[in-house]
Amino acid sequence: MSATTAIATMPDAAIASWRLRWRRFRRHHAGMASLIVLVLLLVFVLAAWPLQAVLGLDPNATDLLSRYEPPSALHWLGTDDAGRDELLRLMLGGQISLLVGALATVAGGILGVMIGLVAGYFGGRADAFLMRFTDGVIALPLLPLLIVLGAVDLTKLGFSSEFAHSGAAAFWRVVIIIALFDWTSIARLVRAATLSVRERDYVRAARASGGGAGYVMRAHILPNIATPIIVAGTLTIGRVILFESVLSFLGFGIVPPTPSWGNMLNNAQELVTTAPALAIYPGLLIFLTVIAVNFLGDGLQHAFDPRSNV
Amino acid sequence: MGGYILRRAAQAAVVLLVMSFIIYSLIGLMPGDPIDVMLSTMPNITPEQVARLRHVYGLDQPLMLRYWHWLGAAVRGDFGFSRLHAAPVLIVLGPALAQTCRLMLASFTLSVFLSVSLGVLAALRPGSWRDTLIGFFAFAGISVPVFWLALVLILVFAVWLHWLPASGISTVGAGGFGDLLRHLVLPVVTLALAITGQFIRFVRASMIETLRMDHIRTARAKGAGERRVVLVHAFRNALIPVVTVMALSFGGLFSGALITETMFAQPGVGKMIYDAILGNDYNLALTGLLFATLVTLLSNLVADLAYAWLDPRIALR
Repeated sequence: MSATTAIATMPDAAIASWRLRWRRFRRHHAGMASLIVLVLLLVFVLAAWPLQAVLGLDPNATDLLSRYEPPSALHWLGTDDAGRDELLRLMLGGQISLLVGALATVAGGILGVMIGLVAGYFGGRADAFLMRFTDGVIALPLLPLLIVLGAVDLTKLGFSSEFAHSGAAAFWRVVIIIALFDWTSIARLVRAATLSVRERDYVRAARASGGGAGYVMRAHILPNIATPIIVAGTLTIGRVILFESVLSFLGFGIVPPTPSWGNMLNNAQELVTTAPALAIYPGLLIFLTVIAVNFLGDGLQHAFDPRSNV
Repeated sequence: MGGYILRRAAQAAVVLLVMSFIIYSLIGLMPGDPIDVMLSTMPNITPEQVARLRHVYGLDQPLMLRYWHWLGAAVRGDFGFSRLHAAPVLIVLGPALAQTCRLMLASFTLSVFLSVSLGVLAALRPGSWRDTLIGFFAFAGISVPVFWLALVLILVFAVWLHWLPASGISTVGAGGFGDLLRHLVLPVVTLALAITGQFIRFVRASMIETLRMDHIRTARAKGAGERRVVLVHAFRNALIPVVTVMALSFGGLFSGALITETMFAQPGVGKMIYDAILGNDYNLALTGLLFATLVTLLSNLVADLAYAWLDPRIALR
């Protein structure tokens, strides 16, 4: 079901409650400010294409004769260690970082929702096993494991050497390995929420009238636990962006020449002494994005929780 | 209680065993193998000799069998030889573990001190300017990329102000305790700031909840002073869930230590794992990762036990 038909088929009561939430959200100053900041960031990273066309710049063409140039009419933020336009790479890198954040959150979210739903709905052995498994994953030293997964040689898994060393492989690998670990908070939350609605009358009625487990979960449970999932998902995006940036920074994430905010700081130790500004920009953008996402999540939580007073 | 500890310890041992197999397989999937690494120093070797070497080292055997042999040696305390350091893995790991413990404990202490004071201050007047400011600081701590925070601190305090050294653990030739301390300041502050944000939020939330409880109202009603109400009646109760969360965060602390040690060139376990993975030092990477997992599992166990010990309402079975 697409988004528009979802809204079209929504009962009036649901539309009214979303309107109320929007009103409550608008009164949350930090949340509103974050929303504006995020929209501006989106505009910023998408401006890469018009900028590229207007100034006629190539983001990957290296020019060793114009390294670390100061800002000029052609290079608004100057050039980096390989003579490439810093501003353009910041914009393109932002596209990659935000895309990884969104994709890994969605993938991990789907995984977490499925695990949490099954554990909460069926209970018993399945619940015990899945929750022990979740606890086990939470207990792992995350970053060292992500680095090992980032170092895995894909040709040993049967992929062609050509694919294994391509930028696309690096991109999807980051998305997948982060999603593989960052589903636990959503799974626990979905399980708790499922437990709380599982025995409500409308769910029991649906079961009594012959609804299968898959149908009941999809039609009756999921829509009623959607709001905490949205809030947790928002907070996950921030964490994922941080993971992507540190992995790319350490050399196990997005690989150059494809820019990401993390790998633009690869040679940061050199930048600190030769071009401090270049060591600041990418990190500042990561910081700004993640803090805005986190405040947005905070605002959503206030708006969705009828007990909180904004 | 004794039975509970025993069962949890057994559980942790099983998780560690499963993890050792997973990590062993993953390390096997890293680029190259020990023979490839050896070959780079022996240009005149024939293919037959390579095959013989693979056989001697058992690399032609199936994964399960190789893992079984590794496990047998590991149980006897033999974790193999580190290629990068040219010494047995355990001998290399010992000083690194001590270094990481120093860093983690110092950061943890600083962070607990900061977060408890700021969290309580925020909770006393929710919605005030003070609360908003502390809340913003907490959010900033959660949202900042740790490696970039390290970079900014290096830029400000080492490159611009020249107050503190940017990397390493001591100055050659200088020596002395003061010198060691100066090298610890930036790494400890970086790691502490990285975890303080979420701690503040936990302390504040827990404190606000406790201040709403009946026994606080009773204490106020019988005329206890505000200072006594906050510090004795509320604070001690608010601390119970906080202690658990803090102990549980040790795994995250280790991830932070890896970044901090790499940024500040501190010879700890985190940097050692990173260098081992970069330098194809399979034995060292494997053992380092296992130790990291062990530390995390132990801290989780401690968290559970601390919870039961602090809160008599919790009965462990």
